[in-house]
Amino acid sequence: MALDKNQIAKRIAQEVKNGMYVNLGIGIPTLVANYIPHGIEVVLQSENGLLGMGPFPTEDKVDADLINAGKQTITTLPGSSIFSSSDSFGMIRGEHVDLTILGAMEVSEEGDIANWKIPGKMVKGMGGAMDLVASAKNIIVAMQHTARDGSSKLLKECTLPITGLKCVKKIVTDLAVLEVTDKGFKLLERAPGVTVEDIQKATEGTLIVEGDIPEVQL
Amino acid sequence: MINKTVKNVQEALQGVQDGMTLMLGGFGLCGIPENCIQELLRIGVKDLTCISNNAGVDDFGIGLLLQKRQVKKMIASYVGENAEFERQLLSGELEVELNPQGTLAERIRAGGAGIPAFFTPAGYGTEVGEGKESREFNGKMYLMESWLKADFSFVKAWKGDTAGNLIYKGTARNFNPMMATAGKITVAEVEELVPAGELDPNMIHTPGIFVQRIFQGEKYEKRIEQRTVRQA
Repeated sequence: MALDKNQIAKRIAQEVKNGMYVNLGIGIPTLVANYIPHGIEVVLQSENGLLGMGPFPTEDKVDADLINAGKQTITTLPGSSIFSSSDSFGMIRGEHVDLTILGAMEVSEEGDIANWKIPGKMVKGMGGAMDLVASAKNIIVAMQHTARDGSSKLLKECTLPITGLKCVKKIVTDLAVLEVTDKGFKLLERAPGVTVEDIQKATEGTLIVEGDIPEVQL
Repeated sequence: MINKTVKNVQEALQGVQDGMTLMLGGFGLCGIPENCIQELLRIGVKDLTCISNNAGVDDFGIGLLLQKRQVKKMIASYVGENAEFERQLLSGELEVELNPQGTLAERIRAGGAGIPAFFTPAGYGTEVGEGKESREFNGKMYLMESWLKADFSFVKAWKGDTAGNLIYKGTARNFNPMMATAGKITVAEVEELVPAGELDPNMIHTPGIFVQRIFQGEKYEKRIEQRTVRQA
């Protein structure tokens, strides 16, 4: 059975290691915060200018002057810090953030990512996505393996406008966990009950399968 | 100490004219200069180039200036959540230049710091890089981006003093500190204006040299875009 959004987030949470500074994008990546294992200390960066993002506030603690990059009201934690947008992107561009987790519309087998624009549709803007993908030390993408019409989103080459080149390291989809290598998408794990053949069919780019592929453990 | 205080928002915006380039602080609706935006609406200046991370929502922030067709060009990083913006963009009434957010922040910082251009990896290999000089440093490709400056910068701070020193609160800081440095005339509106000497010099975020005019805003709505809460 394919993984749902929460299960994708839960699997990605396994990649988060103690002591990391992590930037979470909007959508499934935001859910990752709910599954970070106990005993693992991470600091969440919100690119509008906060390190140490806490949970949503209780009603009486809502503060219009404290939001995350998705414009949601949030809280700080003991040890949090607040800074300007230029300091924030200095952290990102200067490769001080250890891990970036974000969504994508397409990923190519070379690790190119497209996630900001669909030609002919309203352009909302790239926000911080281009800065993040150009400088992150490690990028994990959370996405559906195929589009609604069944076409693959893991491609030889992206068809949509690019957000960044050769930057994605790992992809967790509803069907599989894959690593981007010099030779293509290397299959690491498959969703419970999903066969290698299913994944092959859903992957347009080069898929590398070596040995037995274990199921995702959640 | 030089006194930067002006009586009110009307005096603060004196000299703002059609066709000017303005910077407006804020991220979403957080930390926007609400009182200055209201005054821009009232005086009705038009053909403005507005530099701001976002374009407000339909009925608040820069969205209000768009409703009245006062904006000719928008330089921003993310402009969703605004139907009127979309309509004007698709009909060609509005010109838009989208920048990666970190590039936008740094262009403004560079403008205030006297750095005409810099190299960043953001946008290399994308349409953002079209027509721009690129160069390799240590095996990685970078794009040259240029500074941004404004005729007027409008920033919002939590506290300020009569010398123009500013302290921001929470994530309402965002683009305000850089914009304060990049305006020919920087107007700061604050929630609380105090006499010089009352703010601890160690706690100042924006030194008064960058601020030409300061006033206490009459009222702040501080609208929230996404009110997210958890159960107590």
